[in-house]
Amino acid sequence: MSYWILSETTTFLTMVIWLGLNTYIFTSTIIWYENADSYYYTRVILGSSLAWARASAMCLNFNCMLILIPVSRNFVSLLRGSMCCSGNMRRLLDKNITFHRLIGYMIALHSAIHIGAHVINLERYHKSQLLDAGGLYNALSYIGNKPNESFLNPIRRYDTNITKETIVTLAGITGFIITLSLVLIITSSTETIKRSFYEVFWYTHNLSIVFFIGLVIHGAGQIVRGQTTQSLLHHNLSYCKDHYNEWGETEQCPFPQFSGNKPMAWKWVICPLVLYACERLIRFWRSKQEVIVTKVVTHPSGVLEIQMKKHGFTMEPGQYIFLQCPSVSQLEWHPFTLTSAAEEPFFSVHVRAVGDWTQSLITECVANRNIHQNLWQLPRLAVDGPYGSATTNVFNFKVSVCIAAGIGVTPFASVLKSIWYNSCDPNRAMKLEKVYFYWLCRDTHSFEWFADLLQSLEEQLAEQGKLNFLSYHLFLTGWDDIQVAHIAVHYDSELDVITGLRQKTNYGRPNWHKEFRCVADKHPSDSIGVFYCGPKSLSNILNNMCRLYSSSDPRGVHFHYSKESF
Amino acid sequence: MGQIEWAMWANEQALASGVILLSGGIVAVAGQFKGWQFGAYAIAAGALITLLEYPRSKRKKGSTIERCGQKHMTAVVKVFGPLTRNYYVRAFLHAGLAVPGGFILATVLGTVCLGIAAIIYFVAAVCGEEWRPIEVREEPKLKVSETIKRPPENPPPRPPPEARRKQADEGHANPTVVQDEV
Repeated sequence: MSYWILSETTTFLTMVIWLGLNTYIFTSTIIWYENADSYYYTRVILGSSLAWARASAMCLNFNCMLILIPVSRNFVSLLRGSMCCSGNMRRLLDKNITFHRLIGYMIALHSAIHIGAHVINLERYHKSQLLDAGGLYNALSYIGNKPNESFLNPIRRYDTNITKETIVTLAGITGFIITLSLVLIITSSTETIKRSFYEVFWYTHNLSIVFFIGLVIHGAGQIVRGQTTQSLLHHNLSYCKDHYNEWGETEQCPFPQFSGNKPMAWKWVICPLVLYACERLIRFWRSKQEVIVTKVVTHPSGVLEIQMKKHGFTMEPGQYIFLQCPSVSQLEWHPFTLTSAAEEPFFSVHVRAVGDWTQSLITECVANRNIHQNLWQLPRLAVDGPYGSATTNVFNFKVSVCIAAGIGVTPFASVLKSIWYNSCDPNRAMKLEKVYFYWLCRDTHSFEWFADLLQSLEEQLAEQGKLNFLSYHLFLTGWDDIQVAHIAVHYDSELDVITGLRQKTNYGRPNWHKEFRCVADKHPSDSIGVFYCGPKSLSNILNNMCRLYSSSDPRGVHFHYSKESF
Repeated sequence: MGQIEWAMWANEQALASGVILLSGGIVAVAGQFKGWQFGAYAIAAGALITLLEYPRSKRKKGSTIERCGQKHMTAVVKVFGPLTRNYYVRAFLHAGLAVPGGFILATVLGTVCLGIAAIIYFVAAVCGEEWRPIEVREEPKLKVSETIKRPPENPPPRPPPEARRKQADEGHANPTVVQDEV
């Protein structure tokens, strides 16, 4: 239990601080605009919707400042690499995409409040131009009709359509455009669209450039106007507000002067924009670095393994890189988990033909080979990375349980390989002695390459005589009638029928109680690291399992659960 | 661009536009803005679009995650048949519904968002996509052949086929008695 609290507190703390700051900014701005004397006359016309509009605007400034930081990948990796970053901080940094999304939702919420308030503002400005709107309203609204006189009410006369009036103003048109790009960005980044149609998500997200430029210009419209300071000195507010018909005649009540406040959005947003610009520069500079494709291996069922070399490229198991293939598309970068071990001379990724981009990349790689059999010129690739959380703490435990579900199996390829390199490296005494590997998948067609990896690993372990070092369990959760017949026939054959591995495939979902109990019985007094990568639903089950089967007394068995967010 | 199902994004955009139009309409009517009748229209149109767009279509390839509580609306939307299945109809419907919202400021944003959703739906229709309901495939009932009722005449252990054929000529009786106890 203590373990869970410890690892969650940093995330929980950050959330509390962020929400606290948001509420503080919102309430302090509301209170200020509700009581400021310079905005007394503006409040006469607009009421409290002025304060709501300004408060949401301040929160928007604050959140627009924050949103770019989690996605500056190099900055996050820099933070993760720096020494001052403890275990919990690293786990916090791994959740950067979740923070980016939360800030995005907060921006959407405040934009809704901001737009709602300004729509009401404009309507009230419009109403106060009516003849029978009442003395003070008319007095205030007519200020500005005479030449070189500052005005308060941006809507100058009643018989006009405020939609046209707003769209014409600078604040109106920029506000409209940035809200539109915000809506498009949000609707195109839902989980399904991001996972299945990455291009749509990628191109629409570039609208954020339009969003930030529009945001910086939006304030220059100076629609929200307040009384100028020196006008406040001569204009005795407490007396004059009730004697508006004496304005201009008596000495203590000159006509009030109004002015919009200077735009300040850019002050909030300038630093993250500079940081993000450097981020993009680093990515662009990195994409120019030479990447040599050393080997391309076609695996069954449309999987292509690309092995590459790059100067000064270091990686850790479980990290991912971004790949760009200029001949396929100049703009698109796609993320791929690294499937090679850190000790290997190259780094490799496995590309499955799932979407447009991956399909054209594979045809690009394979097509050239058929034409020129000898001269196999491969497409030029650009690599950015490596990013993401490393699972080096797999080695910090005596016993590790690795659970992979579906696509979650790819990061474990590099984990298993580096386990293998560490185990056969004599001079590196390794704490890890036993690895349990659970692999759940609906069908193995797309993961034959992983089965081959397990097979080669199994043979090498057999040679070394360390067969019980790695015990793996494959759970096939999807099968059809033909497979059933095939399995039944080969039931008693020595190698497994699906994967040809020594340890048999089980069918259906595992019974986690049984699995955890047998692991706990085998290692009664160890601390066991449980590493999971796959859909979220299974993650909660495993979390409870770890708490259930960790024994209370300190000397007993302890399961340390960590979900790898790949 | 072949594999992109535009309808998925169009659906998300149309749903969001429906909600924006709805809330714009509510603000306009609640504040009794000038021209609030357009606001009342926007509430009706927004509600209709949100209901129409809530159930997600089944994807051509790959699994679709349903929105919670989608089953009942899928049944309703399915009833309208080609009217809701064809995306050209949806594109023009959204374009038509969007126009009246543009007359007052509160619903202008909803109008433009809906217009963009209509364009994306049009692109989806051009790519030949259509709306298909997500139904739970009921497993085909295991068909039991009636031979299960009659036990085999000649159950194992039994001699190899040749020996059996030789015995059949001499009219050999079956060693175990067979009674039908089903």
